[in-house]
Amino acid sequence: MVRLTERLGNDMGRRVLVTGLDTFWGGRMAQALESDPEVEMILGMGTREPSVPLERAEFVRADQTYSILSRIVRATQVDTIVHTFLMVDSTQAPGRTLHEINVIGTMNLLAAAGQADTPVRQVVVKSSALVYGAAQDDPAWFREETPRSKAPRTRVERTLIEVEGLVRDFAEDNPATILTVLRFANVLGSGIVTPLSSNLSRPLCPSILGFDPMLQFVEEADVVRCLEHVTRHRIPGLYNVAGDGKLPWSEVAALCGTRLLPLPPVGTRLAAAPLTGMGLIELPPELEDLLRYGRGLDTALLARTGFTCRYTTAEAVNRFIQAVRLRRHVGADKPAYTYEQDVEQFFRHSPAVTHSPNET
Amino acid sequence: MAVGADVSEGEQTAIVPFPITHSEREAGPRRSDVDEWGRSERVRQIVRRLYAPIYDKWFRVEWEGLEKIPRNGGALLVANHAGAIPSDAPVIIHGIETELRRAVYGLGDSFFRTIPFVGTAWSRAGGVTAHPDNALRLLRDQGQLALTFPEGSKGPAKVYADRYRLHRFGRGGFVEIAMRAGVPIIPIAVVGAEESMPILFRLQSVAKLLGTPYFPVTANLLTLGPIGTLLYFPAKFKLRVLDPIYFDVSPGQERYSKSRVMDEAERVRTQLQETLYDMLRERRSVWFG
Repeated sequence: MVRLTERLGNDMGRRVLVTGLDTFWGGRMAQALESDPEVEMILGMGTREPSVPLERAEFVRADQTYSILSRIVRATQVDTIVHTFLMVDSTQAPGRTLHEINVIGTMNLLAAAGQADTPVRQVVVKSSALVYGAAQDDPAWFREETPRSKAPRTRVERTLIEVEGLVRDFAEDNPATILTVLRFANVLGSGIVTPLSSNLSRPLCPSILGFDPMLQFVEEADVVRCLEHVTRHRIPGLYNVAGDGKLPWSEVAALCGTRLLPLPPVGTRLAAAPLTGMGLIELPPELEDLLRYGRGLDTALLARTGFTCRYTTAEAVNRFIQAVRLRRHVGADKPAYTYEQDVEQFFRHSPAVTHSPNET
Repeated sequence: MAVGADVSEGEQTAIVPFPITHSEREAGPRRSDVDEWGRSERVRQIVRRLYAPIYDKWFRVEWEGLEKIPRNGGALLVANHAGAIPSDAPVIIHGIETELRRAVYGLGDSFFRTIPFVGTAWSRAGGVTAHPDNALRLLRDQGQLALTFPEGSKGPAKVYADRYRLHRFGRGGFVEIAMRAGVPIIPIAVVGAEESMPILFRLQSVAKLLGTPYFPVTANLLTLGPIGTLLYFPAKFKLRVLDPIYFDVSPGQERYSKSRVMDEAERVRTQLQETLYDMLRERRSVWFG
């Protein structure tokens, strides 16, 4: 690692490319990087305009498979790529799109990062615990090397496993590049919306009759902190990220003040179909598995790199429900931000601007 | 209650809250006392209260050498397994929990988890999927007592004619776990479970159809009718705890000599088998011991 710092030059800051700038994690990560003085330049790619106010991050519009990425990498000489644009919520896109974004997107990203004379020294990939699945033979806590016990049956899991396969190939072909893959547990927090969180914020929330699995969560602030941690300290490897402890699903629901709606254990999909159709509950297949068998991640390896989540599973649930309660009373906490190309360009590049607009 | 020496005689099966030994970094608000394994001490208290009459009056359980089970620190309890719906696991767990005031986690077939309600109840009562990682975390990291039946489902699946004849002890995985965790193996010989629900024959085709490990036709079912699916015969239970077996290998190794592991597993099996024969030699009656 020392060798690398020398090569990059201590006087030169880092040049970071963040994928999915318009998505929740890309935006958050770019914001976090902006406050890091060691980061000289942040370039964000997205298919749409950024949804959070950014100070100095540059935005480049790209299609979801990043076909222009190798040109961008060459032109901007980025040394770090933080790949946050992996879809883990299958309710947000059809299977085809999931494949395009996750698999083809990552393929192009890694191709660009691995081109001859590449300036890229580190690639960070935000993966998910979905690669482990959820099945009856699972250990209570997955270690990074524990194989999943059943073949993946959902599309989003298959794409993520394929993504990690691409990443492994990349690591073999580019031994000099620092490669970091983070597998995050289910995220809860004040801002993120997932099928799990939308279920929990409604008066009725699905469960499977006779099953009360143990679940583990990671708080959204910890997700960004962890991405920052591995980026800043250039930590290579594959790590699980999750809050301490596990809670039974029934207790999570009780803490959130929602009632469990038990679905039959046989023919669950069929029974859930009208309810999901009416928008009463959300139950993608990977959530169904989770509500049957639960999942836990062993985070010992990550702890050895000097990172532990600030919030336990129970605290993550608590912070989530506090945000939900607040929103019920005062509505969405922040006024929606709209990106305006001209204004943003003006603030970043006009010689008239002497101070950052967000600093006072 | 009839128990062996060194155990506080005459003490009621009073329900005393256990000291919390699992990870205490469970900050944040909680509504239940379910631990990270899914075990709930509150549920265990209720189960112990309901199970006490069965333990005391129905099976009239008698222990020998209970003092050999340590009062703290990890240990892997290994026992013979029998009865169509195994009656030995609840007896062992109940006995140790009430006498030693220590939680016992039962390492079991993940098949339980697939059955609605049963899986959840099993988990709340201390059942954990028999996975090497789970065993290691329980024994080494948390210093808990874990109970395992190395015969696996072949134990309770055996027919009455094969009673008290131990099956192969898996692939010796339990020895390797104990070595890696650096904890002793404590064998427990159980007499009585075989007669509490004897299997007359098995229906392979039904098992295949239902997806269960085996489908037994028990004597209980034939003599008692439908109620016999769950009702045990009141066989007298006797349990004998053998001396803890320590291994002179350093814990935490990536691999252990396979031949050593198999030898040790076979040694535990032989020892248990000999003890069972001894106990059967001493037994005058199936029902009165």
